Amino acid sequence: MSMPSTPSDVAAGRLSQAEYARNFADAHPPLTAVQALLEAERCYYCFDAPCTTACPTGIDIPSFIARIAQGNLRGAARTILEENVLGGMCARVCPTEVLCEQACVRTTQEDKPVEIGLLQRHATDALMAKPGAPLFTRAAATGKRVAVVGAGPAGLACAHRLAMLGHSVMLFDAQPKLGGLNEYGIATYKTVDGFAQREVEWLLSIGGIEVQSNQRLGRDMQLDALVQGHDAVFLGVGLGGVNALGIDEPLPVRAAVDFIAELRQAASPADVPVGRRVLVIGGGMTAVDAAVQSKLLGAEEATIVYRRGPEAMSASGHEQQWAQTNGVLIRHWAAPQQLLVEGGQVRGVRFVRTRLDNGRLLQDGESFDLAADVVLKAIGQTLVPDALGPELRLQDGRIATDDSGRTSHPKVWAGGDCRAGGRDLTVEAVQHGKVAAIAIDRCLRQTVRA
Amino acid sequence: MADLRSTFVGITSPNPFWLASAPPTDKAYNVNRAFEAGWGGVVWKTLGEEGPPIVNVNGKRYESLLSDQRRVIGFNNIELITDRPLQTNLAEIRQVKRDWPERALVVSLMVPCEEGAWKAILPMVEDTGCDGVELNFGCPHGMSERGMGSAVGQVPEYIEMVARWCKLYTRLPVIVKLTPNITDIRHPARAAKAGGADAVSLINTLNSVMGVDLRTMRMSPSVGPMGSHGGYCGPAVKPIALNMVAEIARDPATAGLPISGIGGITTWRDAAEFIALGAGNVQVCTAAMVYGFRIVQDLCDGLSNFMDEQAHASVADLVGLAVPSIVNWNQLNLNHIEKAVIDQDLCIQCGRCHVVCEDTSHQAITATKNGQRHFEVIEEECVGCNLCASICPVPGCISMKVLQPGQVDKRTGEVVSAEYANWTTHPNNPAHS
Repeated sequence: MSMPSTPSDVAAGRLSQAEYARNFADAHPPLTAVQALLEAERCYYCFDAPCTTACPTGIDIPSFIARIAQGNLRGAARTILEENVLGGMCARVCPTEVLCEQACVRTTQEDKPVEIGLLQRHATDALMAKPGAPLFTRAAATGKRVAVVGAGPAGLACAHRLAMLGHSVMLFDAQPKLGGLNEYGIATYKTVDGFAQREVEWLLSIGGIEVQSNQRLGRDMQLDALVQGHDAVFLGVGLGGVNALGIDEPLPVRAAVDFIAELRQAASPADVPVGRRVLVIGGGMTAVDAAVQSKLLGAEEATIVYRRGPEAMSASGHEQQWAQTNGVLIRHWAAPQQLLVEGGQVRGVRFVRTRLDNGRLLQDGESFDLAADVVLKAIGQTLVPDALGPELRLQDGRIATDDSGRTSHPKVWAGGDCRAGGRDLTVEAVQHGKVAAIAIDRCLRQTVRA
Repeated sequence: MADLRSTFVGITSPNPFWLASAPPTDKAYNVNRAFEAGWGGVVWKTLGEEGPPIVNVNGKRYESLLSDQRRVIGFNNIELITDRPLQTNLAEIRQVKRDWPERALVVSLMVPCEEGAWKAILPMVEDTGCDGVELNFGCPHGMSERGMGSAVGQVPEYIEMVARWCKLYTRLPVIVKLTPNITDIRHPARAAKAGGADAVSLINTLNSVMGVDLRTMRMSPSVGPMGSHGGYCGPAVKPIALNMVAEIARDPATAGLPISGIGGITTWRDAAEFIALGAGNVQVCTAAMVYGFRIVQDLCDGLSNFMDEQAHASVADLVGLAVPSIVNWNQLNLNHIEKAVIDQDLCIQCGRCHVVCEDTSHQAITATKNGQRHFEVIEEECVGCNLCASICPVPGCISMKVLQPGQVDKRTGEVVSAEYANWTTHPNNPAHS
């Protein structure tokens, strides 16, 4: 296939304002009060509920749903937030179809689970809209100081729980805004109306958390100093690096996460340039979000190319369907071989067909070219270990910890995507932060007694 | 289609479904619509004596109790008898009966407990050509404060007295409508029979307060700042009504007294149950007020198909078939043993059977097996109480297995006896010698 000789077509403002507004509205609109009531009444209030077991943060789901059904939205919100302080965001981004809703006994019975995610959003939205008296208060001050590095889901959850337990928290983040991936990494249509920042503001309202943004570990501060200056340190630094494609990049291939962040931070989606033909290489949620949002920005074609089959994609079946519903083409069993560049511009990618041979992925098929104006890579992110210093033991490229999140350094805990052994889920990061805070608290109180 | 024709105290109707005396039968417009929809008969909303009509409130008269998915399971009203002039009603009754001669048209009456009042109204009613009268001794709200309605129904001597007057002053069949707001329903039924009534109908509504508006701290439904208790009906009262119907049906003193069954009837199945427990026909109000008149078509269709499937030739053949199954507790066979069985293929693992048995009953259902979530009956503990089957959300998932004579009850270790043995002969009974 020969590449077209027309100039590559990357432009902002492809759509009308009305189209942008429609495309970037809430992907899953909230339930009305009546819908929420009817849906809540579908819950069977199971014993030792499978949905709760399936929730990484262990929210007592039957209780919060019963409270919605009983018109006790504040009680419902408390039930959610006491286990998952970012329950509002998780209600928007959790892959519920493989967590609580998959476990719902209604799935077994009628293949139609209770809409737990939407109900959770109903309860938490109601609280955020009208917070009333503080839901959570701080225990008596312990006089202990804990540094939390990274204000993503793990760091925020950890900071909040530490503050509740009476500790003083210094919360650092490399970015100007708090929230981590909630603010920079999640598709725009999943969290509209500045929800991520409203949630952070509500969370910080508990007090006792001093925020320092634009502070990057390894650049503006060092782990040694933090350890010396605090009674404990929690690292929720996420994955700052992006995996390389493993082919020559005569022009740097843009990371899909950067494109997603640009769109999230743009004043208007109309300001964000998008290619007429967009190629996204990868198979996870980031690939789906980048491809779908490219379509929604007005790309004529958005194609995800993944080197294995649909079942191996880390984007769930539900997410793959979401991509396809939005007009994204997903091509499987192909790996990038060469970036096609002409006149200083990306013109496409040459792929090679792949196949499995006794579990090994072989790249020995025929080649084919796909034309593109924009190529994005979404093949995973990596921990940048340099900033951590040499003390911390790593495992599979991420920070090794015990179950409580304690690292090889006795004063340092870690959680979220930078911690080894996780599934890279927001809700799991929250659990990491919560569990680590409880462990830190226990440890610091033992120190007090000693 | 099965033959649904019904004859009740000599009154014929094309089916056994009558609309009860209530708002749906207040005037010709509604009754004509009901007959167009297919109702077999109506009991015209209660008439009072001649003179200035009673006055109804112009605020909330009704309020419902809702189950999941906003289904009405209970319903309350504080409407009084008809608030239209007597002669208007009588003229409409006359015309409707002329227009629908093959439908049953019974007129409900409530006048003061004085012979003269009954003597005055009965000839006027009879003159309309209607098929019968129903004496409203049941309404528990408003009129009862004025010595009528349930105030009469709660005093058997009054029931007998008024029934007797009515039989004296009209040739029409007299049906006495009973109030359930009484300790033992058999006494008013016996009184009605003693007074010569042709039949009883029951139940009227139960005294009720639907709730409290917690913002205003007013009872509900309220009329402005105050409310008053109403009469409660709907599916939630059906079990109460079935018991009262059956009590009268199996009371030797009232055996054979025709009964018009009323109380929460919504489906053909409800109706068939009333008939099986001794009702000769049934009356419906709440279901029509919740869904409209066309439900009678589903009632007729369902009853007809049931009768065809079960080869019942007529409605009369069904009457009372289940009455012999009702006995006093002391007649129950204490050698009868059942055990719950959970169908593992149907179980969705909600675990409710386990937790209710564990918390509130006999600790007879597992939560795990070999470390896995698993709900199974422990026969060594199960007393066959039916709680688990009653609350299981999956139809047919939990059933009750009857142990056969010769089998061992693992709970007691004893062999199940084929012998029938009740409390009267039980060694633990202090009265047993």
